[in-house]
Amino acid sequence: MEIKVLGPGCANCHKMEELARKAVAELGIDARIEKVSDIAEIMKYTMSTPGLVVNGRLVHSGKPLPDMEKIKDLIKQEA
Amino acid sequence: MDRASHLSGALEFFIYDTLKIFMLLTVVIFIISIIRSYFSPERTRKLLSHKKEFIGNGLAAGLGVVTPFCSCSAVPLFIGFIEAGVPLGVTFSFLIASPMINEIAVVLLWSLLGWKLTALYIGTGLLVSITSGVIIGRLKLEKWVEEYVYKIRTGQGMEAIAPTFTERLLAAKQNTAEILKNIWPYIVIAIAIGGLIHGYVPEDFLLKYAGPDNIFAVPLAVVIGVPLYSNAAGVIPIVSALISKGLAVGTVLAFMMAVTALSLPEMIILRKVIKLPLLAVFVGIMTLTIIIVGYLFNAIL
Repeated sequence: MEIKVLGPGCANCHKMEELARKAVAELGIDARIEKVSDIAEIMKYTMSTPGLVVNGRLVHSGKPLPDMEKIKDLIKQEA
Repeated sequence: MDRASHLSGALEFFIYDTLKIFMLLTVVIFIISIIRSYFSPERTRKLLSHKKEFIGNGLAAGLGVVTPFCSCSAVPLFIGFIEAGVPLGVTFSFLIASPMINEIAVVLLWSLLGWKLTALYIGTGLLVSITSGVIIGRLKLEKWVEEYVYKIRTGQGMEAIAPTFTERLLAAKQNTAEILKNIWPYIVIAIAIGGLIHGYVPEDFLLKYAGPDNIFAVPLAVVIGVPLYSNAAGVIPIVSALISKGLAVGTVLAFMMAVTALSLPEMIILRKVIKLPLLAVFVGIMTLTIIIVGYLFNAIL
C-alpha cells in the first residue's frame, strides 16, 4: 500500500504525517508513507493542504484534520 | 490596604475577563467551524471563477472570511484560483480578507470593545480587501505572477469530500479544542499585558506620542504593526487597553489591520507564486489603504 501526505510543510501537515504513521503502525499493515511537499505534485491531487492520498486516491483534504479513528477508516477502506 | 484592594480588583478583573473571553471563544469557534465546513476552497474557487470586478472582489472578501484554509495552503490555493480563471485582483481580495477578519478577532473585539467597533472593523476590513483587490486587478499585473503558476495543471480529485452532519459536528468540536489549545497562552499573556498597560502606563505618556493630535500616529502605528507577527488573539487585548488610554480609534484600527493582514511569513509564502514587484505593490497598496482607513476614522469619530 502506498500513502502520500501532501503539504508544503506547516504544523498541520506535520501533524497529518504523524497521524498517518501512527495509524499504519496501529493497523499493523505494510505501507510506504511518503511526504510530498512539491507544489506541482500536490496540485495533482488538491489545493487544500494537508491532503492524504491512499493508493493514488485523495481521501482527505484541508482543514480540519481528521482524527485517528477516521484516518484508520480511510486507510482500511482502500486496503 | 488601598494598594491591596487595588491589586485584588485588578486580579478579579483579569479572571473575569479571561473566563468571559474563553467561554465566548468556545461557543463562537464551534459554530463557525460548522458553518465553515460547508465552504470548501474548491467550492469557493468555482464561485469566484471568471467573476467581474467589484462583484467578484466583494464575493471574494466575504468568502475569504468563511472559507477554511491553513495559512500554508496559500500557495496551492493561489495556483488553484488562478488556474480556475479567478482574476488576480479577486484572488487578492480573498487572500487579504481571510487573515484580517476571522472568528477570533470578532469575538475578542466584541467582548472587549463592544459591537460598534466590531462592526466597524469588519466593515473596513472588507472595504480594504475589496479596494486593494480592485486596484491590483486594474493594474494588470499578471506578468508578475511566477510563470510556473500558469503551467501547473490540477488533477481530477479536486472535489472536496462532503462529510455527514455528525462528522461536521465532531470535526467542529475537534477544531475548537485545537484552536483553543493553540491560542490560549497568547490570550492570557495579552490580557495580562493589557491589564498592566491599563494599570501602570500613565495616560499622558501614550497621548503625547500617539494621541489624536499627532498626525504621524497612524503611519507610525502601521509601521510598527507590519513586522509584528501575531494573530488577532495576541493583539486585541493590548489594543483594548490602548483605547482605554485614549488612543484614537482610527490609529488603533490601523495598527490591528497592519498586524493581522501584513506579516513577514505570509510575504515569504506569497513570494513563491508572485514576483518581487507584485509583492511590493501588494504591500504598498495594503499599507496605504490601511493608513487611509486610520485617518478616516480619526477624522469622523
